[in-house]
Amino acid sequence: MLRNASKETVVALLLIAPFIAVYGLVFVYPTIQMFITSFTDAPLIGDGKWVGFENYTRLAKDSKYTLSLWNTFYFVLLSVIPGTAIALLVALGVSRLSGWLQSTVLALFFLPYILPVTVVYLIWDWVMNYQFGVGMHVLDFFGIPRAPVFKTVTWFMPVVALVTIWWTAGFSFLLFLAGLRSIPPEIYEAAALDNSGPWMTFRKITWPLLWPVTALVMTIQLILQLKIFDQVYLFSTGGRPNDTLVMVQYIFNRAFVNDQGGRAAAIAVTLFLIVIIISVFQYQLLRFAGSRQ
Amino acid sequence: MNYAAIQRWNLFGGIATVLTVLFALIWAFPLYWGVISSLKPEDEVIRPYIELWPENLTFDHYVGTLFNTQIGIWYLNSIGVAVGVTVITIITSMFCGYALSQLQFPGKKVLWWLILASFMVPTQTLIINHFELMAGLGLLNTWAGMILPQLIHPVIIIVYKQFFDNVPKDFREAAVMDNASEWRILFKVFMPMNWGITTALAIVCFIWTWNAFLWPFLAVTKSEMMTVPVGITQVNDNFGVYYARQLAAAVLAGLPVALTYLIFQKQVTRAITLSAGIKG
Repeated sequence: MLRNASKETVVALLLIAPFIAVYGLVFVYPTIQMFITSFTDAPLIGDGKWVGFENYTRLAKDSKYTLSLWNTFYFVLLSVIPGTAIALLVALGVSRLSGWLQSTVLALFFLPYILPVTVVYLIWDWVMNYQFGVGMHVLDFFGIPRAPVFKTVTWFMPVVALVTIWWTAGFSFLLFLAGLRSIPPEIYEAAALDNSGPWMTFRKITWPLLWPVTALVMTIQLILQLKIFDQVYLFSTGGRPNDTLVMVQYIFNRAFVNDQGGRAAAIAVTLFLIVIIISVFQYQLLRFAGSRQ
Repeated sequence: MNYAAIQRWNLFGGIATVLTVLFALIWAFPLYWGVISSLKPEDEVIRPYIELWPENLTFDHYVGTLFNTQIGIWYLNSIGVAVGVTVITIITSMFCGYALSQLQFPGKKVLWWLILASFMVPTQTLIINHFELMAGLGLLNTWAGMILPQLIHPVIIIVYKQFFDNVPKDFREAAVMDNASEWRILFKVFMPMNWGITTALAIVCFIWTWNAFLWPFLAVTKSEMMTVPVGITQVNDNFGVYYARQLAAAVLAGLPVALTYLIFQKQVTRAITLSAGIKG
């Protein structure tokens, strides 16, 4: 059997050509441009002078940049671990159910994830409305004084994190559910024969076997939430956008509000590097988790 | 397992089931509340107590949103952009995944690394240069301008490559023995096998694109070119805030994707778990 190598190469190149064209234009070129722009004083559109590392040295002294960095990390802290925990708990609960009840409950938990962010924003802006929101009755119930949560700096990040968990937990929940389904039922049967209680079964069987999925969910969430923009931008309109600034929002402000493409690109490069470093770390971690199995 | 242990399990199971169902209802309540508020007259919406069902059920806000805003044209834009992104992404990714999996060609390693690398790159950081590029091409406020920067979905190529990798080698060898051309092998042997996965990936790609906010929000300034999710934040007019009408607009924006999910629940679940690297 002879393989027609040259013909195969031609076919392969024809097949990858459309992809290469698209990626070259909208991925490789803009990524290189981002690095170049960050060393210039360019406006949003058009060229600028080469300024070396000036945009970066400015960031070190830029209190807004520091604030956006802290707010982003604060948001990650508020959303990643609680979101993962809730998704895991819900998946454990749903995996016990069966039939139509399971599919209904699954759909109820998953539905928010499928909605556009602006829909989530409009619903929660209404739920937490200071004057008429149904969420204010919940605050009353717990004896917490009512507050215009999206206009108050202390409330803003926790509530936006809560909304984000509500919106995105469905994704993590699906992954946990798939992970739980891949644990062979015989192991649970053996545990039941050994008189193992629910907590013991969870600690000794479910948790260790589910750990690779947990690590995957947490790192996906971590990277996703570092890139937060949409919710924070939408909820902060009419609020205190200068105090609740996050990194992508600062890129947006510098580029699209202040028309400073060069300075915005420098912020973008720093976020780019943070995400890449964490991704590489994640890749190593998952490979490690995989090799232990 | 002795009798006491079975009883303990049953009690625990019963409590867990009740708590799960209860939590699901609380979880979905904001959705219910959004929908039900959109069906109340504006003066009922702002009553200071909780009413779980409207006293006077009305569809006026829906009629108002459909006829007094540009939502019709926003729907058209959303569908155009989402279909464009989905079709181009699926075709380019399937071809590329097939080539990476089944064919030998120079530069294969480099291409694979490029795809894995792009998996890590946060596209949000590229907005400045995407904007400059689209402005340079004169594509701001056009469908093409919204579509192009949204074509970065490396995960779909990775899923396709894994799928083709798992096809037994015999299929290809048998086809090559029969002297079938490379095109015939792709279109007649491999493509018919992956319809299931293609529909699943196409559905989630459509949903992702429909829901996209940041790029369509930046690329469009004219209201007649907006997508639905961007447009609905604009329905506030100068006469104050109408809560019920805003919520009606929100329901209209979420309905297409919510229905898509409810109809294709299996495919959506499969594609999402696959895209995260878990075999569903």
